[in-house]
Amino acid sequence: MTRETIFNVVLALFLLALPFAAMAMGEPFYVSLATRMAILALAAVGLNLALGFGGLVSFGHAAFFGIGGYAAGILASHAFNAEPLLFAIPGSDQMPVIWIVAALAAGFAAFLIGAVSLRTSGVYFIMITLAFAQMFYYFAISWPAYGGEDGLSITMRNGFPGLNTAVPVTFFLICYALLMAALLLLWRIRDSRFGAALQAARQNEVRVAAIGIAPYRIRLFAFVLSGMITGVAGALFADLNRFVSPSMMSWHMSGELIVLIILGGAGRLFGPVAGAILFVLLEFLLGGITERWQLFLGLILLGVVLFARGGLIGLVAGKPRHG
Amino acid sequence: MQTALLIEQLLNGIQFGVMLFLMAAGLTLIFGVMGLINLAHGSLYMVGAFACAWVAAATGSFWLGLLASLVAAAAAGAIVEMTVIRRLYGRDHLDQVLATFALILIFSEATRWVFGSFPLYLNIPPLLGGAVALPGGVHYPLYRLAIIGVGLAVALGLYLLISRTRLGMRIRAGESDREMIGALGVDIRTLYTIVFALGAALAGLAGAMVGALQSVQVGMGEPVLILAFVVIVIGGIGSIKGAFVGALLVGITDTMGRLLLPQMLAAIIGPAQAAGIGAALASMLIYIVMALILAVRPKGLFAAQA
Amino acid sequence: MAEPILDIRNLTKSFGALKATDDVSIDLRDGEIHALIGPNGAGKTTLMHQISGSLKPGSGQIRFLGEDIGHLGVAERARRGLGRTFQISSLTPEFSALRNVMLAVQARQGSSFRFFREVMSDTSLTEPAMAALERVGLADRARIPAAELSHGERRQLEIAIALALGSRAFLLDEPMAGMGQEGSRALTSFLDRLRGEAPILLVEHDMDAVFALADRVSVLVYGRVIASGRVEEIRNDPAVRTAYLGEPA
Repeated sequence: MTRETIFNVVLALFLLALPFAAMAMGEPFYVSLATRMAILALAAVGLNLALGFGGLVSFGHAAFFGIGGYAAGILASHAFNAEPLLFAIPGSDQMPVIWIVAALAAGFAAFLIGAVSLRTSGVYFIMITLAFAQMFYYFAISWPAYGGEDGLSITMRNGFPGLNTAVPVTFFLICYALLMAALLLLWRIRDSRFGAALQAARQNEVRVAAIGIAPYRIRLFAFVLSGMITGVAGALFADLNRFVSPSMMSWHMSGELIVLIILGGAGRLFGPVAGAILFVLLEFLLGGITERWQLFLGLILLGVVLFARGGLIGLVAGKPRHG
Repeated sequence: MQTALLIEQLLNGIQFGVMLFLMAAGLTLIFGVMGLINLAHGSLYMVGAFACAWVAAATGSFWLGLLASLVAAAAAGAIVEMTVIRRLYGRDHLDQVLATFALILIFSEATRWVFGSFPLYLNIPPLLGGAVALPGGVHYPLYRLAIIGVGLAVALGLYLLISRTRLGMRIRAGESDREMIGALGVDIRTLYTIVFALGAALAGLAGAMVGALQSVQVGMGEPVLILAFVVIVIGGIGSIKGAFVGALLVGITDTMGRLLLPQMLAAIIGPAQAAGIGAALASMLIYIVMALILAVRPKGLFAAQA
Repeated sequence: MAEPILDIRNLTKSFGALKATDDVSIDLRDGEIHALIGPNGAGKTTLMHQISGSLKPGSGQIRFLGEDIGHLGVAERARRGLGRTFQISSLTPEFSALRNVMLAVQARQGSSFRFFREVMSDTSLTEPAMAALERVGLADRARIPAAELSHGERRQLEIAIALALGSRAFLLDEPMAGMGQEGSRALTSFLDRLRGEAPILLVEHDMDAVFALADRVSVLVYGRVIASGRVEEIRNDPAVRTAYLGEPA
């Protein structure tokens, strides 16, 4: 096993052990902290497919995160009020249904955004994804039906067949299982033909086109899949907080997702996991010391960008290796 | 009445557009010359607004405040350029985005630290108070007209600066060939600092002027920054002319859309529903315009040659 | 006579007032090497870009294997068998030599939307890729990242990629550039054998290589073909000597 693989296993076990350690210490609050880590990691795993493997610097993934969140909130509120959603389609308070709807809705949005923005590259791509995410943000603010600026509460956490999701550790395990499933998916994709084409297009777009693979279609597919994963994370986030609001779609959220990946290590399979653990810990520890924790986060981030490009995994395991 | 309202809103759109131009001009200039995407440009806008509000409150003079906004934003820009931005020129865009995102966090928290969490207020100077009677029975605030005037003057000034002066020649040379201006013996580091400070000063000016129309608070620069991105995407990155046209287009489209879309919808689906849906659609309008323009011209309206 | 593999007729391309390609007609026939020479700035690379599709065509016609390909993009032309190498070596730098070639094999099989099978254990990719590397003499460097290969090795890798693509014609843009004497000689003898597989349109500054390899030579000056013919004809053409070799008429 390489050092990176060992470190990945350590990260996965650490995150899994965290809520049980918290329960053992009689600090149930830390369970929700671990759940937050798992959900943010899942959102960033989605982004990592586009950004890390595909080199597509999307500054708009908060839109997919938020759409997933609203999918959960809207379905749950219709189910709770027993009102049909559209043409007698009922709402739902079952997580599997909600995840599918969240993934489809976020994927559709990613398809629309990607179809336009992937025609461009570089800074254009960054600015356009940012702008489109902002469009969804303003839409959520000014659309009065689901709370507008005030957001939408979820009265009871949505259910999962056979499990009691109100138990914090159970909900953590659901999130953790989804995170592991997404990592497994990305691991297979990374080493597959699709992954080869996607990573090659990041390194040299002209070459990929010259051998007869059209980068646009590869990237659009990756972008949609990436949005879908982040959308499911958004649905979980809504269930964690039992609340959705436009702030899930704000550009700070997009920025934070990128920051997670960079703190952990860009293009590394477990980069988002390392980044999410680090980010939530920093937020919690610094936030406990000073109200100005964002100032220190800014300074740390600046330091990482200027002096430690590989992130945490780069520090531990050195440069990435390709076969 | 309807005509008067239309004219008034059109002027509001132009005023908004001109203010966006001040932001977008700096961004596009910095991108054109240094190849840098600067998310922290909105923070410089905020610095300008805070400097103006604070100095105006301390001295009682809006004009001293305005001067302070220019100085503070330019100085902040120069300092940031020399300490951080300079290290980012050769880096990829992801690094630039992250580092300037970090700068936003630092600027925002530092401002909150110094000025607290409550917004500051800035009054319109007495000289520019009141309204002007325009043809068509419109009474329009003099201050907003003044903003339009300042914006147009800056646009003209930038045009003259870039086409007629030595500094402008160097800027143009820097846009077309970075190595050449080094060979011409221009001190490139100083040039970059000057360009960055100039862009910062324009952002600070915009922040100060808008500060008298809205409250001055942390985070005020970010919505404007994103609109400025829309502007330069529409106009073509690196093009001042594109920034000008794009800014007016965005300003007018957004303002008129918010007025007209709900009215048009009201005629179709009734006023009760129309207010909400119309507002929601109007908030998306400029992004839809951006998507349409990109579909036809992926590099914007006035794309600089690659 | 059979139809040429690649047939270019009256191709023109202007950048503003400058005609970079001016009414060029050339063709490429089975089994031959057709060299394109000319002074710097004559428009050789522009022409190659037009043929490969990375530049919009302007006016004129490009026929490949009997079909008009002038409206197709780079990827589609490559898929039809138009293999191209770059003047500035252009590979996926983080990937090993083997993975660079495997990507070409994958492109040829037309199946990039597969998500689960690991490529390194997929012999339908690795075997043809290794075979191509062996043919250019790079088999022992298969696991080295492209970025760490020497200049000459990258050239060899470029050709291995074109081989793996199963190209029906090769567009080679200055393959000898930056090669040492030894490397040039090896590459010359390799190209000599390669022409049996598919014809080559060769842009090259190294005149020794051109005269050793080419069946036909076309001379491009200011975007126009001023002469075209067999090697000896071109060598002795007075217009070419004046315009290109710089000798008085």
